[in-house]
Amino acid sequence: MTTTENAPTQEIGRDRRRKEDRRLITGRTRWTDNQALTGLLHISVVRSPFAHAEIKGIDTSAAKQVPGVVAVYTAADLGADQVQLPCAWPVTKDMKAPQRPALAGSRVNFAGEGVAVVVARSAAIAKDAAEQVEVDYDELEPVLDMEAALADGATLVHPEIGTNANAQWVFDSGEAGSGGSVAEALQKAESDDDQIIVKRRFRQQRLVPVFMEPRSTVVDPSGEQLVMWSSTQVPHILKTMLALTLGLPEHKVRVIAPDVGGGFGGKIAVAPEEVLTLLVAQKLGKPVKWTETRSESLLTAHHGRDQIQDLTMSVTKDGTITGLDVKLLADMGAYLGLVGPGVPILGAFMFNAIYKIPAYRFDCTNVFTTKTLTDAYRGAGRPEATFGIERLMDEAALELGMEPMEFRRKNWIKHEEFPYTTVSTLTYDTGNYEAATDQALQMFDYDGLRREQQERRERGDVKQLGIGISTFTEMCGLAPSRVLGSLDYGAGGWETAAIRMLPTGKAEVVVGVSPHGQGHETAFSQIVADQLGVPFDDVEILHGDTQSSYRGLDTYGSRSLAVGGIAVVKAAEKVIEKAKPIAAHMLEASEGDLEFSGGRFTVKGTDKGVGIQDIALAVFAAHDYPEGIEPDIDAHATFDPENFSFPHGTHLCAVEVDTETGFVQLYKYVCVDDVGNVINPLIVEGQVHGGLAQGIAQALFEEAAYDDQGTLLSGTLVDYTLPTAADLISFDTANTTTASTTNPLGVKGVGEAGTIASTPAVVNSVLDAIRHLGVKDIDMPTTPYRVWTAINDAKGTAGRGDEANVASPGAGLGSTASDISKGDTQGGHL
Amino acid sequence: MARIRTTVDGLVYEDDVEPRMLLVQYLRERLGKTGTVIGCDTSNCGACTVHLDGLSVKSCSVLAVQANGSEVLTIEGLERDGQLHPMQQAFHDNHALQCGYCTPGMIMQSIDLLGENPDPSEQEIREGIEGNLCRCTGYQNIVRAVQDAASKMKPGASPTAEAGAKQTVAGGGA
Ligand code: FES
Ligand code: FES
Repeated sequence: MTTTENAPTQEIGRDRRRKEDRRLITGRTRWTDNQALTGLLHISVVRSPFAHAEIKGIDTSAAKQVPGVVAVYTAADLGADQVQLPCAWPVTKDMKAPQRPALAGSRVNFAGEGVAVVVARSAAIAKDAAEQVEVDYDELEPVLDMEAALADGATLVHPEIGTNANAQWVFDSGEAGSGGSVAEALQKAESDDDQIIVKRRFRQQRLVPVFMEPRSTVVDPSGEQLVMWSSTQVPHILKTMLALTLGLPEHKVRVIAPDVGGGFGGKIAVAPEEVLTLLVAQKLGKPVKWTETRSESLLTAHHGRDQIQDLTMSVTKDGTITGLDVKLLADMGAYLGLVGPGVPILGAFMFNAIYKIPAYRFDCTNVFTTKTLTDAYRGAGRPEATFGIERLMDEAALELGMEPMEFRRKNWIKHEEFPYTTVSTLTYDTGNYEAATDQALQMFDYDGLRREQQERRERGDVKQLGIGISTFTEMCGLAPSRVLGSLDYGAGGWETAAIRMLPTGKAEVVVGVSPHGQGHETAFSQIVADQLGVPFDDVEILHGDTQSSYRGLDTYGSRSLAVGGIAVVKAAEKVIEKAKPIAAHMLEASEGDLEFSGGRFTVKGTDKGVGIQDIALAVFAAHDYPEGIEPDIDAHATFDPENFSFPHGTHLCAVEVDTETGFVQLYKYVCVDDVGNVINPLIVEGQVHGGLAQGIAQALFEEAAYDDQGTLLSGTLVDYTLPTAADLISFDTANTTTASTTNPLGVKGVGEAGTIASTPAVVNSVLDAIRHLGVKDIDMPTTPYRVWTAINDAKGTAGRGDEANVASPGAGLGSTASDISKGDTQGGHL
Repeated sequence: MARIRTTVDGLVYEDDVEPRMLLVQYLRERLGKTGTVIGCDTSNCGACTVHLDGLSVKSCSVLAVQANGSEVLTIEGLERDGQLHPMQQAFHDNHALQCGYCTPGMIMQSIDLLGENPDPSEQEIREGIEGNLCRCTGYQNIVRAVQDAASKMKPGASPTAEAGAKQTVAGGGA
């Protein structure tokens, strides 16, 4: 019956093809929008075209006359304006949190905010009728610029809270005792001839996650438990939050995340439309579906990034960093999302990156504007920080006249210095920046490309070559619950798994993490196969339904393996522990004489043994088992990490910039990531590729831009330009491995690495290509128009006569430090 | 209402449809062919790609009435007797999908691409699938999968692969 005779070979580390694929490549999918229930009604949301306006009146009469329309509701009809959608992260005690309704009652605060909802027999009828709803608005002044929003006398997004500042969050290493005072360090540097101060302002543009599956929610209120299917990353959080927000008994709600088509943080939410669908379903006692259009998604699903970063670094002339001061403004948009205010704060731990920085201060002010709210997007706070520090490292190297990699090498934490407690108080357990960097330089042919760059400079090629570096780390495996508590986060960071051993020896593994493309079913099956010694195909991973998986904290922050995977290991250990006395009983041996390996308990020194799958049958029959224990080897485990894990890596990018058109073409991209032990190299590589594409897209292509009325200009996929296959190249990726010591698998997490690391590497390379023409900075995305404008604006500010000189080996970034005066942030800056 | 008669994945259907109904809506809402999905409202994403009389189309930019008298092949009609089409197999073998939402469209478009150019270069593949967006994979493994499928679908490649290739060249009409 079972196959424990042939112990399977080691699964961890194998490039297993994914279990998930078969359904997805044949169209047997269960996207939320596929859900068809008898009597299903459809809703369409009427949305404000204005960024900021008073609602004077809503006339629903025409819409109600459309054949097929069941109802039209305003906020008051549903009590939707009384709802307070949750924010789970009050970052400071005095954080200002305006009420976020499910539908606006008397005032709209961003273009796209819902004001009414139409319910109809079909989605098409609902959409048609939504256009018949007449809303009378009195326009208010939009609030769009963060600095202006904080100025005295600014128009307030939410007059009732009296300010546009949501919260200010400060970390100062002098005060925390983890380092010196930055104020003192900078003061000292000012008067020290052996130090320079480098000041820059960088802009993190606003992005949209753009998961490919638009969001969709179906609610069936007809059973004892109300059932919500939703395209969400966080079914467990959603369930609990729906209960808390709407006052529903939690045990009367079941949330299912069926197949979910990508998330990237964009589906970490309790969306107003989820709540609306539920309210309408309850009101009508009928199943109701909401599926957004792509334009609706771009307009109203949360955005990401959007920061102004003012950075100041003091550094000795021989290249030792002495202080780093970070001042951020972070745009929250009109309301606070589920974890929105905490996203920029995560950057507090990452600006110091892989470097030894003796004095550090991080000061972030979150600001309300009349734009779509921002919340987690792949990396969440860490890409922003990594961009800031890695751009600044290049700028400092430039001013010092140092080779940018040499400058980094001089300041990073050496391999032998781990474990290392950073100035922002995290303890990095392991890492080997030297190994990853050496391998990346060699794969990239760094010296060869520098030579090619020099030749092109000397020839005055139209297409100039630029080389950019990013050496990064990140904190993965969110998160130790105690750390979250200290940051005032509203939940823990543990994860749960349960293993059910079925009578035929197969294993059902219930996990609390909730995949949407990451390949958990495959990777977790590999882990269980090794732990229990059962065949890979005998394992089924169950997830995303709160009825089977009642306990979990879902998928984000590269936590699924580093936290969720460890819960699976712990559950497997418990299964073995529970099976042991039964095995001893079956083998008529004492427990102390048993060994477990390859799925079998054997009596030491004999060939007597019994397989775990046979024990599963034995406890099912339960005819003969020891006194005093239960006939059951199923187990449930919760793992709360002690520490984060810290993947790192070195990314190198070469671009060709056409100096006549401003067009940037990727030329070569190499990255060597250390993500700890690898469960499935195929999945790891895929995560890196996808992450790179998103990070590169921030550097080159994407921006959620608003006009001066607060209207989103990039509201369709025509205007919000995702990279296509033709915009990208094949990346050269590799791994070095230093196992994490914070978890028993030695894993670190890989979901966000590519996105976090690549953006600064690309922008550094673009600037490196044209800095000799006098360009000093270009805001992201570095579109052809911006690059072309920067080159033209800079003409005359840098002598072309410098070219031979700046291209000489050892001349830093291939540019002239003398071009850039101390602290200059403008000049060629768009 | 207009009456249309179509063959979809080998079965003949006759239906009255609203003249404005899109082919993708007809497939999903009337025929239950939910393997074909919608990713946008501006014909940019390609998630809805199917074959219409042997050529790939974005089914969100075709009216159901335009498919009258035609043969439609969707992702659900590619498999034959439990045997994956070589392109499906190649997507699996090369880890060319993560969330899988773009995958039906990508596979249908890639098959069409090889129909036109059986031996494409990397750049030709990249340009050939330019109308299909993927947010998960960075496209690299999709390109690999198409290359892999191309090599297996070449005349003289393994017999099963060739059968798959023929079925494609014939437009997939069942
Ligand atoms: S749904 Fe996007 S192109 Fe058809
Ligand atoms: S696999 Fe997710 S969009 Fe392509």
